[in-house]
Amino acid sequence: MNRYFWILGAFAALVALLAVGLGLNPRDVPSPLVGKPAPAFNLSILATPDKTLGPKDMQGKVWLFNVWASWCVSCRAEHPVLVEFSKNANVPLVGLNYKEVRGDGNFDMSKMPADEEKKLAFQRAEQWLAQHGNPYTLTVMDIDGRVGIDYGVYGVPETYVIDKAGIIRMKHTGPISPDVLAQKIMPLLAELNK
Amino acid sequence: MKRRILIALFIFGSFFGSTVAFADAATEAATAADPVAEKRLQKLSEELRCLVCQNQTIADSNAELAQDLRREVRTMIKDGKTDQEIVDFMVVRYGDFVLYRPPLKAITLLLWGGPVALMLLGLFILLRYLRRRATRVIAEDQPLSADETSRADALLKEIEPK
Repeated sequence: MNRYFWILGAFAALVALLAVGLGLNPRDVPSPLVGKPAPAFNLSILATPDKTLGPKDMQGKVWLFNVWASWCVSCRAEHPVLVEFSKNANVPLVGLNYKEVRGDGNFDMSKMPADEEKKLAFQRAEQWLAQHGNPYTLTVMDIDGRVGIDYGVYGVPETYVIDKAGIIRMKHTGPISPDVLAQKIMPLLAELNK
Repeated sequence: MKRRILIALFIFGSFFGSTVAFADAATEAATAADPVAEKRLQKLSEELRCLVCQNQTIADSNAELAQDLRREVRTMIKDGKTDQEIVDFMVVRYGDFVLYRPPLKAITLLLWGGPVALMLLGLFILLRYLRRRATRVIAEDQPLSADETSRADALLKEIEPK
């Protein structure tokens, strides 16, 4: 009898282990960038393409950096949350438009010259924001996705919280739900802004 | 016959498909011309995980990100970066998760040591079981007592043909 208890115990332990494992989100890969300075970039601003912006320009401010694209389906789900957030936020929300044209998958990029891609990217991004509302203080354009790689972007949308010293304090992969915003992001912003 | 043709077509198709999918504009041609660089690219790509389709390397995967990362590796090879520098570049951005062979660290100890520990545990249980069984067999292997012998004799006599 004793022996069967032992086997049952081992089985229960295995079930518990699997239950915990199944509850985890395999998409949620911890970013090594948390606690490190936000990687530098210098990208054109959507509304004013002849001007550029980088993390240096945001020094001294706590800010949110949100990766989006018009082709990104989850971004659509997240968008109303961001629009709502921007209405009464005292924190700048900078958008990183990620591979607007080449990420879409509907264009033959080998036939598209770089300047045409750029033009189309700006046009599509503008149009999308006009249509769905613009929660961003401003958006910078990462047309070839190079800055995305520096930020370890692998699944749009992604959001970074960056502090006054330019250190990444949090990364959220996937759409921001009202819960994530209220329970994770807002408290962190409040703490950083103290 | 028809089936064979279909299979041949399928094999040809998948081969052709994969080569086309791997084609990646101008830099590809540049590295492809250099077999050493191409080999390094292939080897490095097989060590790096695609973050989108997590059970594939960036060599296997045709996800956008895998293509971008291959392009990145290709550029770095062209710039004369060492393999270690290239791998470090990826780890800084995507973490250890990007490595198909996770490094031995405190946090990965269970991952590396787990199978060995399980095997040792199994061996221990097996040995204990075998030893116990052996003593039991020895214990049971005693010569019969006088009483048992006489009972056995009686039983044997019973079945003896008369």
